[in-house]
Amino acid sequence: MELRLEAVGHRYDDLTVLEDISLTVQAGETLALIGPSGCGKSTLLGILGGLLQPSSGRVVAEGAVPADCLNPLTYVFQDFALLPWRTVADNVSLALEHHTLSGNERHSRIAEVLERTKLSDFSSAYPRQLSGGMRQRVGIARALAVRPAVLLMDEPLSALDAQTRDLLMEDFLDLWLREKTTAVYVTHNLTEALRLADRVAVLSRRPGRLRETVPLAVPQSERGRPEAQAELARLQQHLWTLIKEEARSAEREMADG
Amino acid sequence: MAELGRETAQDRVRFRGGGFAPGQRRGPALLVFAALIAFWQGGSSLGWINPLFLPSPAHIAQALYDVAASGELWRHFTASLGRILGGWAIGTAAGLALGTAMGLFTLARSIGMPLVSAIFPVPKIALLPLFILWFGIGEPSKLATIALGVFFPTVINCYSGIDGVARNLIRMAQSFDLPPRDIVRKVVLPGAMPTIIAGFRISSSVALILVVAAEMIGAEYGLGAFVLQAGHLMATDQLLAGVVCLSVLGLIFGAAITALERSLLRWR
Repeated sequence: MELRLEAVGHRYDDLTVLEDISLTVQAGETLALIGPSGCGKSTLLGILGGLLQPSSGRVVAEGAVPADCLNPLTYVFQDFALLPWRTVADNVSLALEHHTLSGNERHSRIAEVLERTKLSDFSSAYPRQLSGGMRQRVGIARALAVRPAVLLMDEPLSALDAQTRDLLMEDFLDLWLREKTTAVYVTHNLTEALRLADRVAVLSRRPGRLRETVPLAVPQSERGRPEAQAELARLQQHLWTLIKEEARSAEREMADG
Repeated sequence: MAELGRETAQDRVRFRGGGFAPGQRRGPALLVFAALIAFWQGGSSLGWINPLFLPSPAHIAQALYDVAASGELWRHFTASLGRILGGWAIGTAAGLALGTAMGLFTLARSIGMPLVSAIFPVPKIALLPLFILWFGIGEPSKLATIALGVFFPTVINCYSGIDGVARNLIRMAQSFDLPPRDIVRKVVLPGAMPTIIAGFRISSSVALILVVAAEMIGAEYGLGAFVLQAGHLMATDQLLAGVVCLSVLGLIFGAAITALERSLLRWR
């Protein structure tokens, strides 16, 4: 499925957070959305999936949705958004219960996604018993259970420590690059963007505008190789120059400025 | 200089991170409790305490046994218990209904908020005479007083519990297209449950206070009536036996709510 932003703008009262953003998320690609804090990238992701109403412009979804897809635009949240009173399996089940699925079908879907996210042994654990990384795996399992057409990920690794982040990144690549799920990945971390994305869209800060989209020619599977490093370093440098000045002024801004 | 250096090097770092972490042990509490009763009993047996004003623990136990054996106590006890349970159930059901509406809908909140703020501070027992005029001296006026007393804390705890449910959980449910009914049932109400159950502790003690007050104003049976009659007869041993029963009733409610928390809030 393809998602198209058409001249999207957004304002909170007097503050313009997004201005005139036109961007297409192509079917099968992973698009990373980066920018300094306060550039409205999470707002943009909210608009993409229909959780926020844009002040101007619109979002259009185009293309067929697979028959077994229950929720075409599916989020993975930074804070995991798990129900603490439900076990791992029941948290996944929450996304399925209101659909007309047979009990068998539901159980097999839950078992399958828990298997794929390496959570099978923890299906009856409560979220508080799990580490941050495991909790986000539950968030991912829940998203995969509805067989999404587009995954919308809002800084899914930001709440985790560095080692867990690296481990989960490897799993992400395994999970959805193999299947070519369309994904939008919001992050402020250049390393994550360069590891996971097919294309990086850079937003400027307040009002957020689209500065540039940078395609990454090296396929994800080859980014670990030594010969790819020079190219990746060049891209990282380029992206960093794009956001450096604004990151600096973002850092100096007072909370209510 | 070298000597001085060696001396300071030998200083052991003093531990200064202790304290400020009170625990709880059962032993001292039991000991003090037993000592208190023994002291009281001793004072009575030695004739230091006038039994007319403060009967000894043994006397109170005897009185408790007597009224229990005659079946009189049971009658008072069940009368009070029935009123509390009835009034509490009515007040809680109505309170949860309005509290949920106020937690979810702008209109209900706009109307309910000033209403609750205006009526909540009124001591509900002051309305009992009015309820007696409306419903007569029998059970309905007592149930109404208790229900009204229970209603307001329940409303307040219910809507503040709903307000406290994390926004991101509701957004998550919306992002999976859960119907609004399911969001209320599976996300909002379970999320508000800890606050709602905490409110039960307040409302059950309100019900206990109001049942005694209402029974003192006009009732044949009930622990409040029993305590008042005993007072009129200067039967202080029976009076205190009634007070012991009220305290037991309060403890039972507390234990029941704790059991409810254990079973419903296991996930915490």
